[in-house]
Amino acid sequence: MRIHFKTSYEHDIRLFPDWWTFFVYATLIVVAVLLPWIMDDFYLGEVTNVLIWAIAGLGLMLLTGQTGQASLGHAAFLAVGCYSCVIFMEQGLPFLIAFPAAGILTGIVGTIIAIPAVRLHGIYLAIATIALSILTDDLIVLMEPITDGVSGKFAPMITIFGIEIERWTTPDRFYWLVLAITIICTLIYRNLLRSPLGRAFAAVRDSEVSATAMGVHIARTKAASFGISCGITGLAGALMGFYAGAFNNETFSIVISITLLMMIVIGGLGSIHGAFFGAVVVAYLPQFLSIAKDAIGGGGVAIPGLETGVFGAILILFILFEPMGIYGRWMKIRIWFELFPFARKDMFKRQKSYLKTERLR
Amino acid sequence: MEVLQLLVSGLANGCVYGLIALGFVLIYKATEAVNFAQGDFMMLGAFVTLGLTNAHYMGLPFWVAAPMAIAIMAVLGYLLDFFVLRHLFGQSQTAVVILTIALGFVIRFIAGAIWGHEPQTLESPLALGDIRLGGVVLGMADVAVIVVTVLLTIFLYQFFQRTKLGLAMQAASQNQMAAYFMGVPVKRVQGMIWGLSGAVAAVAGILFASKGAIDPNAGLLGIKAFAAAVIGGFGSLPGALAGGLIVGVIEPFASRYLAAGYSQIAPYALLLFVLVFRPHGLFSQVRTKKV
Repeated sequence: MRIHFKTSYEHDIRLFPDWWTFFVYATLIVVAVLLPWIMDDFYLGEVTNVLIWAIAGLGLMLLTGQTGQASLGHAAFLAVGCYSCVIFMEQGLPFLIAFPAAGILTGIVGTIIAIPAVRLHGIYLAIATIALSILTDDLIVLMEPITDGVSGKFAPMITIFGIEIERWTTPDRFYWLVLAITIICTLIYRNLLRSPLGRAFAAVRDSEVSATAMGVHIARTKAASFGISCGITGLAGALMGFYAGAFNNETFSIVISITLLMMIVIGGLGSIHGAFFGAVVVAYLPQFLSIAKDAIGGGGVAIPGLETGVFGAILILFILFEPMGIYGRWMKIRIWFELFPFARKDMFKRQKSYLKTERLR
Repeated sequence: MEVLQLLVSGLANGCVYGLIALGFVLIYKATEAVNFAQGDFMMLGAFVTLGLTNAHYMGLPFWVAAPMAIAIMAVLGYLLDFFVLRHLFGQSQTAVVILTIALGFVIRFIAGAIWGHEPQTLESPLALGDIRLGGVVLGMADVAVIVVTVLLTIFLYQFFQRTKLGLAMQAASQNQMAAYFMGVPVKRVQGMIWGLSGAVAAVAGILFASKGAIDPNAGLLGIKAFAAAVIGGFGSLPGALAGGLIVGVIEPFASRYLAAGYSQIAPYALLLFVLVFRPHGLFSQVRTKKV
């Protein structure tokens, strides 16, 4: 059992609470870097997919898990990131400039959209973002001179300092690129939480009235959260474009938005781990289902809606029985072992809460 | 004359949106939650009726099957609240939103597994015949939709304003704890409202299926109904109907007078416009609380 005895504020905001934690994450990174020599190309591609979804999940997690604003329209920002990155590269910009520029552009677009959106409360924000997600599909078709509309675009070759990176010919290089971006995004996220802005996010999530009383500017904080969230999501969108190779107006549909939100709920709202756990579920569920179908003999028959149906059922079970998601369950198991034999069932009891109307605010 | 024809067909469509929106608003009014699966409820109601009526399945007469389907959906709504949503009692709205979206996926999958993914038509007596009024062609189904929707809206409005149960439902939504102290059986009231919205969804489903073919993805219509509910202002029953009519009327006019590509985004553009300038809908119920 490890005891964290905090004697100063420094102890509270350290990146790693102790050397053991640091060691665990360092080992994880080393294993992740060595992965191309351990796995064959197919599974490496799958892991790359998980990492890309995890980045997108981090983006949405910042908004939903940290600031408490549900968005059902993040596929729109995936699309903005994807299209802007590819268009920048077609204009001759190198990847190293085009990629961050795409993220920043998406962040700016997100902030502009956030300015009216932050006036909206919970449900209304979700509705506005749904409308946004539906509009994106049509807007891409309407902006055909730039986006090539229905026929779609092809992702160009990535070149960094003369090294060529492509999803199919050099999957290991593409994997390392995605891994590096994942680590950078995670560090940004983790550091953000330790900053005053991150604390303001949590304050807005927990109680807007209290946050205002503590001197947090609600609208500005929400807009910042929206912007940063969209920026990270835009980066993930660009990577998704490179991963898929080709994309058009239907690639980033509203189903992707909903999947993204469900993913972070299954993973565990409000934790970095949750984004990764959720991404694993989302990326491997189709494979798992096809293997399961083979096992019961229904092999070649495609059942429409099966994937989303099963995904929905899993989500319902999670919301009912483990609202903190996979990460919450993992924490409970870990604490049970750490405190053995002193863990008690009531330690995780949820506080009773009662709903009041939002119509009187 | 053309304008009038567009207007009438828009009104009939709008009434279906309005009916689904009524379901949204009912649940929002009474539990402060939004049921994103309302469109899929509608689809399920239509398929239950279809399963009871069509010669291919049970072959019951329509006027027996329709009340049965409404009753089945009401029971289903109540059971859904009893087994699933009651566990979320007092939790945040976002949890309910995500739960009902997932529920919609599951309902769609189940309906597809039972009734198949091919579009089917309901053998409904409402679907037969047209009425001609000075050059304007009205389907019987359209007339039925408009009449039923208006009657249902008036009934529900009176129910919420006049009856004890309706007032109890409003109280339960405004402050659960206070309503409980005043002797309102909050949980049972919430179950009833889910049952009621299931029944409304079944009515919407029957009318929608009378107007044309349905398939398991018909529930996606719910998003448009959603726009209707928001434009009308969540929490207002006449507002939901008005919002539905606005969306319904805008659609045929947009596809007639706007360039292709711009027409299908018109309802959503209007939705965003309303959200930006009147964030709580045209029939707003939000008042700022003084601390």
